[in-house]
Amino acid sequence: MTGPFRTEIGGRIDRTRRIDFRFDGRLYSGHPGDNLASALLSHGVHLLGRSFKYHRPRGVLGAGSEEPNALVRVGSYESRATPNLRATQVEIHDLLVAESQNRYPSLSFDVGAINDVLSPLFPAGFYYKTFMWPAWGWRRLYEPIIRRMAGLGRAPTAPDADIYAQRYVHCDVLVVGAGPAGLAAARAAAQGGARVLLCDEQSEFGGSLLSEPDTTEAGRNRLAWRAATLATLAASDNVTLLTRSTAFGVFADNFVALVERVTDHLANPEPALPRERLWQVRARQVVLATGAIERPMVFAGNDRPGVMLAGAARTYLHRYGVRTGRRIVLATSADSAYGVAMDLHRAGLTIAAIADVRNEASGPLAAAARAAGLPLRTSTHIAATHGRLRIRGATLARNGTGAREKVACDLLLMSGGYTPTVHLYSQARGTLRFDESLGAFLPGGDTGILQVAGACRGIFATDVAIADGAEAGTVAAARTDPGGAPQPVRTISVPDSGALLAREAPCDRRAFVDFQNDVTTKDLRLAVREGFVSVEHVKRYTTAGMATDQGKTSNINALALVANERRMDMAAVGLTTFRMPYTPVTFGTLAGAARGNLFDPIRQTPIHAWAEDRGAVFEDVGMWKRARYFPAARETMAQAVARECRAVRTGAGLFDASTLGKIEVVGPDAAIFLERMYVNNFRKLAVGRARYGLMLGEDGFVLDDGVIGRLAPDRFHVTTTTGGAPRVLAMMEDYLQTEWPDLRVWLTSTTEEWAVVSIQGPRARDIIAPFVIGIDLAPQAFPHMAVAEGTILGVNLRIFRVSFTGECGFEINVPADYGSDVWHAIMQQGTVFGLTPYGTEAMHVLRAEKGYIIVGQESDGTATPDDLGLGWAIGRGKSDFVGKRSLARAAMRDPSRKQLVGLLTSNGETVLQEGAQIVTAANGNASIGHVTSAYFSTTLGRSMALAMISGGKARMGEKLLAPMLDRTHEVTVAPAMFYDPKGERLYG
Amino acid sequence: MAEQPVRQSALGAARATQGPHAAACLRALPAASRFSFRGSPPEAETAGVAFGVPFSLQSCRAHQTEDRAALWLGPDEWLLLAPEDAARAVQAALIRALGERPYALIGIAHRNTALEISGPRATMVLNAGCPLDLHTSRFPVGMCTRTILGKAEIILWRTASEVFHIDVWRTFAPYVWDFLIEARARL
Repeated sequence: MTGPFRTEIGGRIDRTRRIDFRFDGRLYSGHPGDNLASALLSHGVHLLGRSFKYHRPRGVLGAGSEEPNALVRVGSYESRATPNLRATQVEIHDLLVAESQNRYPSLSFDVGAINDVLSPLFPAGFYYKTFMWPAWGWRRLYEPIIRRMAGLGRAPTAPDADIYAQRYVHCDVLVVGAGPAGLAAARAAAQGGARVLLCDEQSEFGGSLLSEPDTTEAGRNRLAWRAATLATLAASDNVTLLTRSTAFGVFADNFVALVERVTDHLANPEPALPRERLWQVRARQVVLATGAIERPMVFAGNDRPGVMLAGAARTYLHRYGVRTGRRIVLATSADSAYGVAMDLHRAGLTIAAIADVRNEASGPLAAAARAAGLPLRTSTHIAATHGRLRIRGATLARNGTGAREKVACDLLLMSGGYTPTVHLYSQARGTLRFDESLGAFLPGGDTGILQVAGACRGIFATDVAIADGAEAGTVAAARTDPGGAPQPVRTISVPDSGALLAREAPCDRRAFVDFQNDVTTKDLRLAVREGFVSVEHVKRYTTAGMATDQGKTSNINALALVANERRMDMAAVGLTTFRMPYTPVTFGTLAGAARGNLFDPIRQTPIHAWAEDRGAVFEDVGMWKRARYFPAARETMAQAVARECRAVRTGAGLFDASTLGKIEVVGPDAAIFLERMYVNNFRKLAVGRARYGLMLGEDGFVLDDGVIGRLAPDRFHVTTTTGGAPRVLAMMEDYLQTEWPDLRVWLTSTTEEWAVVSIQGPRARDIIAPFVIGIDLAPQAFPHMAVAEGTILGVNLRIFRVSFTGECGFEINVPADYGSDVWHAIMQQGTVFGLTPYGTEAMHVLRAEKGYIIVGQESDGTATPDDLGLGWAIGRGKSDFVGKRSLARAAMRDPSRKQLVGLLTSNGETVLQEGAQIVTAANGNASIGHVTSAYFSTTLGRSMALAMISGGKARMGEKLLAPMLDRTHEVTVAPAMFYDPKGERLYG
Repeated sequence: MAEQPVRQSALGAARATQGPHAAACLRALPAASRFSFRGSPPEAETAGVAFGVPFSLQSCRAHQTEDRAALWLGPDEWLLLAPEDAARAVQAALIRALGERPYALIGIAHRNTALEISGPRATMVLNAGCPLDLHTSRFPVGMCTRTILGKAEIILWRTASEVFHIDVWRTFAPYVWDFLIEARARL
């Protein structure tokens, strides 16, 4: 059934098709072209929600994205539900299920409405002043209750089932808003040869052209002009047209973010289509044609269902064929209301009264209304409204005299003039100026890359806006082609508007300024009275303008009240900051495809698949997946790690070290460069030998470490920590390019070129010797810290004799694509020797037994080489290296600095917590250091820990305390070397 | 004794095969020899002669012959591509030509892997994660550059008006592949 408030003809709806949808469980019908608000209004339904704080019944206020009241939850499944959508922007379709919010048990009877009765208790900032006692009350009692009572929609609990996409786009001219000015701008820019992108937040282009009567002031047929312009644009292959796409943010250099709503309006969308798409547009020129938003009037009871913006009623009439009421009172301070009154009058609605607060209503529109015999009263305001779930009447009062008159109505329209939508202009750092005749802030001008056209800069007449848009488009296109003819200029200036910004409003707790956050004139006055001066502070204290609509309908009214109260100019009061997003944006859109497996690249070594088959448990190290341990059947992690450690100490273990950072440093000055970057001496390092390298920051603190092998006089193979690889390469490049551009040396990341198979243990040599061709691995020929190139199984090999376990070990580097096969071959060969794959956990235990540090675990960015027991690495007699000067500072040699030591608990079964603080028995309150690593060592048969302890080296044998959650443990300070202190196994 | 190891591509079999697609086709490119050449323009000129493809001195431009290519990546950096079996020959030729002059030649055949995206909407698929303007007037055939795709760094080279070569570090290749497949499904 067509709604009883539907007009007989007209509107942009398709009356031949009916759409059934549900709102609050009830079935309603509408037509293609309707949104939820227009369809419900066609059935006479105005009550769409309950307000945020006082749970007052609220109806539809506007007809677009500015709507503060009619917020609904859409979606029948939790995984596809979206709260807080504006009913004015929700297009209906056959499967649409919507419900109202913030009410219980029902929209028409809401127990929360008790708050409205109690509203004197909840002025602005009430929660700062009340609910102070008892102390626990806020967190456990008051806040949970307030949060439940106040609020908007409920966030969905199920994971979002929808898909979102993102896209970067470049264009010469981006036109935001496709009303008369925007359409004209896009057409002119396209004719100028520019690549044009035109976007509009609505379901079809046209903006105000769709909402106003057939012909313009100049006699132009609005819809015919729109159709012709769109046809030209659609036929141009340099133009991209985007409906349902909101430009929500403008960033540096015309980087503009748009969200395109792709499927929400469809009952059965193609499953592969994203619900929304983020367009990240880089535009050489931007034209903002974002229009203007009508201001409500502020009077007591201005929020009842049936109180609406005048322009919205006109939109519902012309665009949707809906009469929003039968008997109308208009409250206005602007000429534009008379145009609306005439439209509604012609459509057969009764104009019961027009209350104009101004002392006189002049201008052609008012004259026409007078001529038509509409009941016009000047110097008149609304003193009160009547009705509960829908307005029933209004009390009109003569300004100053107190004469009152009650007028029955079912619709009260307000028009306080129009506020240009300068949000995006302001985000682009455009400066605003206050225009007295418009009572609004206007864009100060063109920024060189961004222009404003049409109502957005105060040009409201359609014909002028079209001309203004065309100029802006022509200028924008010309600017993208600087070689062209003389640059055109804008010629149209902003006319007066015939609107009065109403600065006086009654102080009333029912006179709403911000509808969505329930902020009244009384709240604003209270804030000013309590001494809030800056509008930014008033905003935060009262929350005016802080709702999801960001004060689109309220900001200027709130500012006017503050200005009036403080007896200041609007310009002096200023404006609060506009921030993105213009309208709320889903997290899904911002995340795009970055979910699940595409959240981050997952870096896997060439040996990953083997480890996975073997049942490895992985851990994340940066983006890398590293095998942590390889549990055999029914083994716990502790058992697996113990077994893996035993294998390395008694036979051999195989470890995937492919993630280690690798940098190839090549060039005649390579040795000089490394000598400057690392504390160690590299000039004297022989070809075929490797050295432990320690890198400091300029501050003298340890930044990274690794092993550096010299392959040729001018070629070094540098390894870094897994996590430090990008940082080290970036720092090296930084020094090379900015400090020593004279050095002839080049750095190349080879982390991913090589798969690294590390074999460690007394049988390591026996296992790999048969494979390695061209290198004698005997201890004398290939001692600890040797490096050589050869082949293994026919592929290139770089082999290092290095150890991070304290056992004899080799790191076998082969080209990555061969890594898997080489690993297989060695595993196969090693079976008879008990070769056991081990993971990072066993690696950590083994190195801790030897007191080998891990940068970032033992060190925290404040440790010197000496603190870590690595002072031996610093090359003697080196003239300079990064960090050398800092090491000479007195504080860096303070004997009370935290130094690396070992800790042994009195009970060998106790494993300390990493991060546990250490105190002395004498002073149990002051931490003298902390545990950096702690494990149970199968080799030692007891626990062990590494710690950074103040003056630690001088405390050997001292008893200290480690307070932990369960109890305080006694520990003894020991050297940070628990196993094979002489290194006999290492060199064997 | 174990068998001779076989190259195993970072993309793996699952990702290397893709049927034709109206919007954009994706395929893994065969294994190749790759070198990073670092040096000054005079050395680059000599190296280009030895390599058989002159190194571009214009920024972000690639030169290629039938089976070799040199991509400008920086004022002192070129990426050299050649058939897989040409690695030793390329290395020998450059070492011979440049002698004692300062330069660096680093083998990176296994560090990078390559894939190709081609088709009428290839640029739109790439622009799901690549912020560059890929219009032919801004990114013509023969242009190459380091850029990003989503959260991965790539080298992007337009080899024909609708064909792009993507060189990427091996561990990022599966991500790049999956990202492009996802983007293509959402056009």
